[in-house]
Amino acid sequence: MLQAGEWAYSETLKEHFMNPKNILQGENTDGFDGVGMEGNLQCGDQMMVVIKVDKEKDIITDCQWKTYGCASAIASTSVLSEMVKGRTLDAAFHISPKEVALELGGLPDHKIHCSVLGDKALRAAINNYYARTGQEDKVKQEQVNVICQCMNITDHDIEDAVLEGARTYFELQERTKCGTVCGQCKDESEALLEKYKHIHFGA
Amino acid sequence: MKVYFDHNATTPLHPEVKREMISAMEMFGNPSSMHAYGREARANVEHARQQVADFIGAKENEIIFVGSGSEANNTVLSLFVCSSSQCIPGSRRSTIITTKIEHPCVLETSECLAHRGVRVKYLDVDRYGKIDLDQLASLLDDNVGLVSVMMANNEIGTLQDIESITKMVHESGAYMHTDAVQAVGKVPVDVRKLGVDFLTLSAHKIYGPKGVGALFVKQGIPYCPLIRGGHQERGRRAGTENTLGILGMGRAVEMRMAEMPEEEERLLHLKQVLRKGIEERIEDISVNGHPTDSLVSTLNVSFTGVEGEAILLYLDLEGIAVSTGSACASGSLDPSHVLLATGVDAELAHGSIRFSMGRETTLQEVEYLLDVLPRIIKQIRNMSTAYIKGGLHAASR
Repeated sequence: MLQAGEWAYSETLKEHFMNPKNILQGENTDGFDGVGMEGNLQCGDQMMVVIKVDKEKDIITDCQWKTYGCASAIASTSVLSEMVKGRTLDAAFHISPKEVALELGGLPDHKIHCSVLGDKALRAAINNYYARTGQEDKVKQEQVNVICQCMNITDHDIEDAVLEGARTYFELQERTKCGTVCGQCKDESEALLEKYKHIHFGA
Repeated sequence: MKVYFDHNATTPLHPEVKREMISAMEMFGNPSSMHAYGREARANVEHARQQVADFIGAKENEIIFVGSGSEANNTVLSLFVCSSSQCIPGSRRSTIITTKIEHPCVLETSECLAHRGVRVKYLDVDRYGKIDLDQLASLLDDNVGLVSVMMANNEIGTLQDIESITKMVHESGAYMHTDAVQAVGKVPVDVRKLGVDFLTLSAHKIYGPKGVGALFVKQGIPYCPLIRGGHQERGRRAGTENTLGILGMGRAVEMRMAEMPEEEERLLHLKQVLRKGIEERIEDISVNGHPTDSLVSTLNVSFTGVEGEAILLYLDLEGIAVSTGSACASGSLDPSHVLLATGVDAELAHGSIRFSMGRETTLQEVEYLLDVLPRIIKQIRNMSTAYIKGGLHAASR
């Protein structure tokens, strides 16, 4: 008879869950140069990332966080906070959920969406730093394209749906309702579906 | 220390059930065979049928052994999809009424039936998980063929008044089914007193083996099998009987009959100790479910500002097994449909934990849980965006 298997999570993830690094203590974020928050409690995940920046070199010297969420949400923010220290703001801004997942030793498919909030919160913190330091020109808006005009579904919505498990056009429609009115966006939506499946799952 | 607080998910085999099943391992005959091997198996299956019938006050010819509670529920609901004029249940009355807090095997089957022409109506529940009898009365009309209401809810333990519901349903001319999987073996269940036409029970929730359940179908009630192609179970459920499982189930209900009466008071005490302990040692919690009309073994609690899967896994590291209504632990995106139906906020549903105790749960185990839990909740709240003492972080709204 087999013994109890390991969790659905990697050892690295488990380690970060058991001993999370760089938790922001208390509520006070005054000592930090940038603060970002993403997600919401209704959906079960919310992350706040705060950073300190070496203003001469544009390098992140400290990163702390708070997370409301499951084990993979907690661990992915913890690992992200380790990854960004010493990186330039520009390099940190481009960290993708896939890199975070890789650093954690992989995530189960249905948990990938839990790790996309950390990097979003980090980007919000970096933008917040730019805004506070009068460098509004450097604030990078996340590029959003509306794909389905009828239902106002963006490429980000499609990416989120893929991360949350949509693998076919039908499943994408079930989750987002995209293309359920006039249907003109079908080809573009399908192309994005394939693109995000490839980016996030190598499919 | 390893502690099991997840008896509503499943239970360990009762030592007597285990002993009986081990001693019966050599029995391999097919109960349908006429030779000695077959007759031995048949005798044991029929003995178990009598035990199950006695346990719920039924006649032995009213018990059909099936593969699970889910199968029994699927079978009953599927009776009402047939449009053949030969088919008595389905032919005339094409509406089914059920509740928003049923087990997924009822809800998903209902959704499927809705695609196949059956009208399905869902009863609301109040904040304690009780259905509204006035709403039921308003929905009962000549088109309603079946009403299916679970007796005890698996997540919050709330008990429904099946006896009163059944009276109303029968007055309207419909049939009554109750999924009693979580009730049987925990509260007295007598099919004659309840008056129901169909009742579902499962072995593994009451210290019996997995993969076996039973469906009570009142004598004279129209019936049609879900699994066809064999004369087993009087042609009501094809497939060679799970003889060992059935034998185990028979022994399990027999043991329940002996142990249930003294157990209730003990479990109620443990539940009170657990509830009081959590209330005293942890701030910002809320208890879900009915304060009195509830299983004595089930306590469902929401912890403000923490997510349930994290609690579950930190408790697992301490050897404590519980379950959660959080979406993250289920693989779906929505938290517990039961808690949402009772009006609990999505965020509190994400932070809900179900503690379900059983016959082997001790006071010492409850105290161990109460030692560990406050530290874990504090630890998670310390890293949560959603918590400050006294309520949710205003800024995180």
